[in-house]
Amino acid sequence: MSTPTPNDMVHSESFLRSLMHRQLTLSIACAAAFLIALLGLPLLNYFAPALMATRVAGFTLTWLILGVLFFPFVWVISWIFIKRSIALENNEVNSVNR
Amino acid sequence: MITSLAFLNGVDPWIFVFSFITVGATIGMGFWSARQSKTASDFFVAGRSVSVGWNASAISGEYLSAASFMGIAGMVMSSGYDALWYPVCYACGYLFLLLFIAGPLRRFGAYTIPDFAEGRFDSALFRKIAVVFVLFIGFFYTMPQMKGAGTTLAYIFPGMPYWAGVLLVGAVITLNVALGGMKGITLVQAVQYWAKMFAISVPVFVFFSVYGAYGSHLGANARPIAEPAPMVQTVERKPLVEKAPADQSWIAPFGPLTTKAAKAAGLTAEQAKPYSLLYTYSLIMALVCGTAGLPHILVRFYTNPDGMAAKRTTMWVMILIGIFYVFPPVFGVIGRNLMPELYTGLAGIKGTDAVVLKLPTLLSQRYGVLGSILSGITCAGAFAAFMSTFSGLLVSMTGALAHDVYGRMLRPKSTPAERMKAFKIAAILIGGVSILLGTQVENLQINFMVGQAFAIAAASYFPLLFMSVWWRGMTMKGAATGMLGGGLAALACTTIINLSDLKHVDLAGFWIAHPLARILCEQPAIWTVPLAIGLMIVVSKLTSRDIPQDIRMKMLVLHAPEKLGLKQEYIQDHAAGSGH
Repeated sequence: MSTPTPNDMVHSESFLRSLMHRQLTLSIACAAAFLIALLGLPLLNYFAPALMATRVAGFTLTWLILGVLFFPFVWVISWIFIKRSIALENNEVNSVNR
Repeated sequence: MITSLAFLNGVDPWIFVFSFITVGATIGMGFWSARQSKTASDFFVAGRSVSVGWNASAISGEYLSAASFMGIAGMVMSSGYDALWYPVCYACGYLFLLLFIAGPLRRFGAYTIPDFAEGRFDSALFRKIAVVFVLFIGFFYTMPQMKGAGTTLAYIFPGMPYWAGVLLVGAVITLNVALGGMKGITLVQAVQYWAKMFAISVPVFVFFSVYGAYGSHLGANARPIAEPAPMVQTVERKPLVEKAPADQSWIAPFGPLTTKAAKAAGLTAEQAKPYSLLYTYSLIMALVCGTAGLPHILVRFYTNPDGMAAKRTTMWVMILIGIFYVFPPVFGVIGRNLMPELYTGLAGIKGTDAVVLKLPTLLSQRYGVLGSILSGITCAGAFAAFMSTFSGLLVSMTGALAHDVYGRMLRPKSTPAERMKAFKIAAILIGGVSILLGTQVENLQINFMVGQAFAIAAASYFPLLFMSVWWRGMTMKGAATGMLGGGLAALACTTIINLSDLKHVDLAGFWIAHPLARILCEQPAIWTVPLAIGLMIVVSKLTSRDIPQDIRMKMLVLHAPEKLGLKQEYIQDHAAGSGH
């Protein structure tokens, strides 16, 4: 119930900055991996159509990537994000309580 | 008795039984959960105690709409590869939600998005703007669901009028929402996810074993003669009809969907490719950002116990809907080989959109009743699809009306019991308006309308949430200008395209002369999203005096782990400080 004091470590400017910075860095790193794949696939289709039309078990390569493989790829990214993000939060809580 | 109902003549009994079970179970669960929902918090946010598993199933159930269940298969069948971007981006949009929005939004601890809008900027005016957008996007997204319900019922029960389906589905869901609110609907949607998953996957595995695998069916399209095909077994294939796109343009990227505008302008295939690439990128942006900005999805994150649970829920949603989205394109691929006669039908439910419902009937030729049973199962899945998405939309719009308009603006001193009553009245009111709107849109295309709703959400709510969560320099004026600017620009484009496609305004000549303008109007996200974010930054910089004074505390509440207990502190502080 106490009013936050400016000296309180949690309420300091530097704590907020580092908090947001660390979480945003993690989010942006995961987003970058995702965006490279998502935005790269149309580019590959555009510049290497023959390669992307290679047949793999009946699928064209690009169909296999977009229609099937893309989903597990996104699950991996989100799994890594959740794991790191939980670790990050635990660190923050520990660093405050110490 | 049953024979006296004229519209049942010629209806497959299996289809009737499965559809009836789905509707009956939905009503039953509504009554059952009505006894569980007692407090106002149960109605608005399901008591904030929904576990990760239930909530993930419920969000997935709510998200997989008629467009996902029937529309994607139809689009893959008619447009080929390019249509695959829809299921992929529908699923991947959740990653953006997970990375940037889900956790902070839940931590802020509001009831609705307008709550967040007011709390973040200390502005009652901004709550009003946000409410208008919730209702607007909600109704926009409701109309195609209603249309799906009407046309599917008319397909299952030949002779039944279009409006009867709209009325039936609308009335069942309105009853459920009024009885059980968010808590009641959570159970129904979670069960409906598994019903849809079952309905889309089981027929696919039966097709694979009877007619050959996914790859074999794709392999039957455009195989060069020089290339041997020993790896995969050959599948049977009926000759394509004239209206179907040719093999090569169907299976390769930059096919009929994305090149339409450029082709209409008389460009060659090579000249059309850059336009096609632009169209693809704009479509991706609209779908990914739009998913992260749909109010009826966002409101569900408030039902999680805390921010970490919100993140875990999002990850499970991606897995659940990701598995689902592998299946609808299979219907499109097999339908192209085995039911090409659907290409000759009119657009919509009479044409390729019916592939999910009609394809299982092929099995009747070989296995008799099995075809009818599977067709009954996919019809039941289609019912589950309209009902769960509409119930989610209805809860979010009702919440906006009962909580934000009644509870905050009209009667701020109302008791929880009064608010619960307001929730029930608002549910019936909005349900009624939705049914009325639904009966008016018989001639519009489902997929197109859903796409437009995504484009508007992408240019309004997504920039608002993304920027307010991560940039503390944002002001109310900046946020409002950006959201209105982006949203209205997207809406203007939609209106122009609709007016021109319905032939109210003759723009055909203009589109032929300017294919680029047509693409930027049809898929506006590529410029409206940056426009919204740009406006937010510029106007916020100009009005930086208006940044809320306790912005650091707000940011802490958004980003610090709950274990630090800052939220409680913030609420007490705020209650004491401003009487808000």
